Amino acid sequence: MKIFWYRVKRDLLLAARSRNEWLNPVLFFIIVTSLFPLGIGPEVNTLQTIAPGVIWVSALLATLLSLDSVFRSDFLDGSLEQMLLSPYPASLLVLAKILAHWLTTGVPLILLSPLLAVFMHIPLTTIPLLMLTLLLGTPILSLIGTIGAALTVGLRRGGVLISLLVLPLYIPVLIFASSAVATHAMGLSVEAHLSLLGGLLFFALALAPLAAASALRIAME
Amino acid sequence: MFAWFHKLTAPKNFYRFAGIINPWIGTICLILILSGLYLGLFKAPPDYQQGESYRIIFVHVPAAWMSMFVYMVMACSAFMTLVWRYKLAGIITEASAAIGASFTFLALATGSLWGKPMWGTWWVWDARLTSELILLFLYLGYIALNSAIENKKTATRASALLVLVGVINIPIIHYSVEWWYTLHQPATVTKMDKPSIHLDMLIPLLLMALGFTFFYAFTLLLKVRTLLIMREQKSKWVQELLEHGKS
Amino acid sequence: MESGVFKASNLACYRGEEPLFQHVNIELGDGDILEVAGENGSGKTSLLRILCGLSPPDDGEVSWRGQPLCEVRNNFFLEMLYVGHQNGLKDDLTPLENLALDVLHSEQPSQITPVEALEKLQLRHKNHVLCRSLSAGQKRRVALARLLLKPSKLWVLDEPINALDKAGRVAIKELIQQHSQEGGITIYTTHFPLELKGAPQVMTLS
Repeated sequence: MKIFWYRVKRDLLLAARSRNEWLNPVLFFIIVTSLFPLGIGPEVNTLQTIAPGVIWVSALLATLLSLDSVFRSDFLDGSLEQMLLSPYPASLLVLAKILAHWLTTGVPLILLSPLLAVFMHIPLTTIPLLMLTLLLGTPILSLIGTIGAALTVGLRRGGVLISLLVLPLYIPVLIFASSAVATHAMGLSVEAHLSLLGGLLFFALALAPLAAASALRIAME
Repeated sequence: MFAWFHKLTAPKNFYRFAGIINPWIGTICLILILSGLYLGLFKAPPDYQQGESYRIIFVHVPAAWMSMFVYMVMACSAFMTLVWRYKLAGIITEASAAIGASFTFLALATGSLWGKPMWGTWWVWDARLTSELILLFLYLGYIALNSAIENKKTATRASALLVLVGVINIPIIHYSVEWWYTLHQPATVTKMDKPSIHLDMLIPLLLMALGFTFFYAFTLLLKVRTLLIMREQKSKWVQELLEHGKS
Repeated sequence: MESGVFKASNLACYRGEEPLFQHVNIELGDGDILEVAGENGSGKTSLLRILCGLSPPDDGEVSWRGQPLCEVRNNFFLEMLYVGHQNGLKDDLTPLENLALDVLHSEQPSQITPVEALEKLQLRHKNHVLCRSLSAGQKRRVALARLLLKPSKLWVLDEPINALDKAGRVAIKELIQQHSQEGGITIYTTHFPLELKGAPQVMTLS
């Protein structure tokens, strides 16, 4: 377990030292969300209706942007090989990577979401719920997305391909999370939505690290 | 029994076996589809609600069934590729992908054609069509990944893993799309379900479904034989084959 | 003298349809050193990757202490150290930060600290500089410092003296020789002769 936390800290240190890598998806999140009022019009009711979907789609796209670099530098400098030759289970080491990815990509999205909620006229009372869906949902995005990154590690233009592979798998998260926000804004209960999201999170936690570790082994064979 | 099966998975034996049974499969397929179409288009009574335009279900529904069936076959052969590394399993997965994608596309296109006389629009986001669309994306993702990786061995295994990840997600995706659809269900009923089924309609439907299955088998075996020759170019049996020019 | 600790039988590797090498047999025991020789493209790196467990062989089997590799992977990795073409170092970390991970990864901590290990490989005054600003030879030294920090029975080294100057080559040569004296096994490839004492076994891939 010590090795798990050590690796998380190491990845965070690396992220801190290459500032633009994790900043880009965050800025992307803000910019893309802001495009919608510009493209559709500033009418408050319209924005309110589309807000949950828009914010969640922007979160999806921002996460996709960050996936290409999850294993890229490790692949290029040989650290990935060394990771696969470790006596510790590869899925544990991959989980450490996923956690670091979520901390540098998902958490900033969660923290910025109130700002974007205000942009899109989401009622203030719904903002905590929005953050909760992001808190439950962005780890799922990191978990599933890492499988895509592992499958395409080493491909030159893997970035676009990752999107094609991963987006269909993101759709359930999108559906449950955005409808939770919309339902809450209407004043109805969102227990079902949250339990579905929680279920997805557990499912992904159990299986995604294994799948990603297998994908890495296959890619490095 | 198992020993025979195991022998069959050797490329050379499968090639010959497929070559022998394929003409039969093709013939059966033709008979099934022709009879299914005849019964469905000419003999089955018109639907009391939708009139003649419902008849497209005789293509749409079997195509949709096949799109799922082919993916299941791919999942099984992908599993065999990853666990036992059978070369043939990888080839079956690869050959099935384009066929499965085509069935999915056919289901979407016929679904869209069905929608036009019914509701006046070329596309409607109902649960079934939306799920089919997502399934098409899963197929396309597989095809894209398989062709993007240069090393053939790695490509086969990586895309096999993708199929397994996809097959686990399909129930989740179906459920979430159903859920999404019932949330946003508009006032008018837009369910594209089959109209109330008579026996007269059921028989052509089943004939078409079976016919499509044989069609899948026929085209699959054709593609697998071609891929086997391509992949095993350097092996003795292929060299002999090319020299003697006979299967 | 235990022989047969590391065995490879009838190994084959294919690139597409062409065999890269076939019918490769290796048997190594305590203290053995094996040099894998061959021209560029003859499959030396592929063979080493199979021997260290990164790739499965297309034919044949590798075994460690009498058991097939695939069954004892974790135990094997505890006792094996691989230094490939790439250094496995993060450019945005210092040498000490990079090596700290290896110290953590090794089961029995070695007697020497990372600082001392770097000294032994003649890398001084660079401990707190980001690896990004080190030269290729300096980075190689950091990568090879692992040999001292993670005591392992089997060393699999792919062109270890690449980019090293004469002093570096001598240091590595001594490391390998000492490793062999202590009963360790070394498999390596190289473009420059290592001039080890007592001729090691040489296997040439054609």
